[in-house]
Amino acid sequence: MRRIVLAFVTTVSALVMLFSYHTSTMGGGVPTTAVGTGSSTQTQSQTAPDTTTSGSAGGSGSGSGGDGTYTGDSVDTRWGPVQVQITVSGGKVTRAVAVVFPSGNRRDQEINGYALPVLAQEAVTAQSAQIDHVSGATVTSDGYVASLQSAIDQAHL
Amino acid sequence: MTTLTMPRRAWVEQVMGLPISIHLRGPSVRNVDVDECVQATYDELRAIDLLFSTYRPDSEVSRFNRGELALADAHPLLREVAVLCDLARRRTHGCFQSWLPNPDGGTWWDPSGVVKGWAAERAAHRLSRLAGHDVSVNAGGDIAVSPGRYDSTPWRIAVEDPDRRGPGGPPLAVVPLAAGGIATSGTSARGLHIHDPHTGRPADKVRAVTVVGPSLVWADVYATAAMVMGPAALDWLESLAEYDGLVVGPQGVQATSGLSATVTQG
Repeated sequence: MRRIVLAFVTTVSALVMLFSYHTSTMGGGVPTTAVGTGSSTQTQSQTAPDTTTSGSAGGSGSGSGGDGTYTGDSVDTRWGPVQVQITVSGGKVTRAVAVVFPSGNRRDQEINGYALPVLAQEAVTAQSAQIDHVSGATVTSDGYVASLQSAIDQAHL
Repeated sequence: MTTLTMPRRAWVEQVMGLPISIHLRGPSVRNVDVDECVQATYDELRAIDLLFSTYRPDSEVSRFNRGELALADAHPLLREVAVLCDLARRRTHGCFQSWLPNPDGGTWWDPSGVVKGWAAERAAHRLSRLAGHDVSVNAGGDIAVSPGRYDSTPWRIAVEDPDRRGPGGPPLAVVPLAAGGIATSGTSARGLHIHDPHTGRPADKVRAVTVVGPSLVWADVYATAAMVMGPAALDWLESLAEYDGLVVGPQGVQATSGLSATVTQG
């Protein structure tokens, strides 16, 4: 089950990355986000998020949906059903928890404490430490993406 | 214009169950043709997922595993990957295996271990058509780099310390990479998910292996195989032409000769 927990962590971290650089057109289909990254010597304006995305058909171009809590669909994975809940504040995901997950898993608090700070290393480090990427043990998200995505869709982010 | 001031952009999407990010450096990263090429690249990655996903019952891999599709009738890309899988098994003395136990107790063909690196490398090659841009594609921690014609300053790739995951943790090594691929296999993200095909037992002798070389496909395959080899991994990696590796195991961090200068922790 450990793999599930950590898979979730990495999913959340990816999501957090998406929302950290949230633009506007996540409404339909797969989220596409353009982020502007820059070296530490660039000015703030150069490192600000880009405002364009493309290829996300059905994107509304509108701003974020309402703040609140959104629960995704329950999605079956090979290890059991998974259901994810996100909390949105100011148009960003501030919390993401698995409210249903394969049994035997008691590490959700650890997930919550860990997930948000993880924040997509590659995007963060690109702006901070003169490091472009981090190579690490593969992050996967398996079935979690589907439930997360449905929560996002409900939030109209 | 130096690398430090070179405009750069990044995109990220969830494809194949992974966050796949595309990073571009170059003077024209905000041009429309760049966006179009990036979106076409993601489109192809999604198409590859439709072909290869073991989670989608309608994928060609799933149909193949149910006996509904003969390899000879499969998509050319599927046949290409099947050849790579076979080559991977042979080049690793059977330590890399794409025929894996399935949840029902049988075996199925799961080419995921090749597809991820192969797809990321394919994406990087496609994006390198954007003249004048350096490209790197990061598929869940495995990275393919294509050099541009404008600025081929190496990308700096940090190798994650399996004991200190997360942002800000000191990396084990920082590897400059101007072209090629770097891949890490390990137990820190997904537990003991790699099994020794010879014994069926989890590969638990070393905790992480990073391999760097001219192709991400092979860096990824060799990293997985080296996990299985355990104590023999370092010597085997040293024997490979053009590839270098970093092994985190009972002896701490060990690097092949080509990478030893990059290690920042002992």
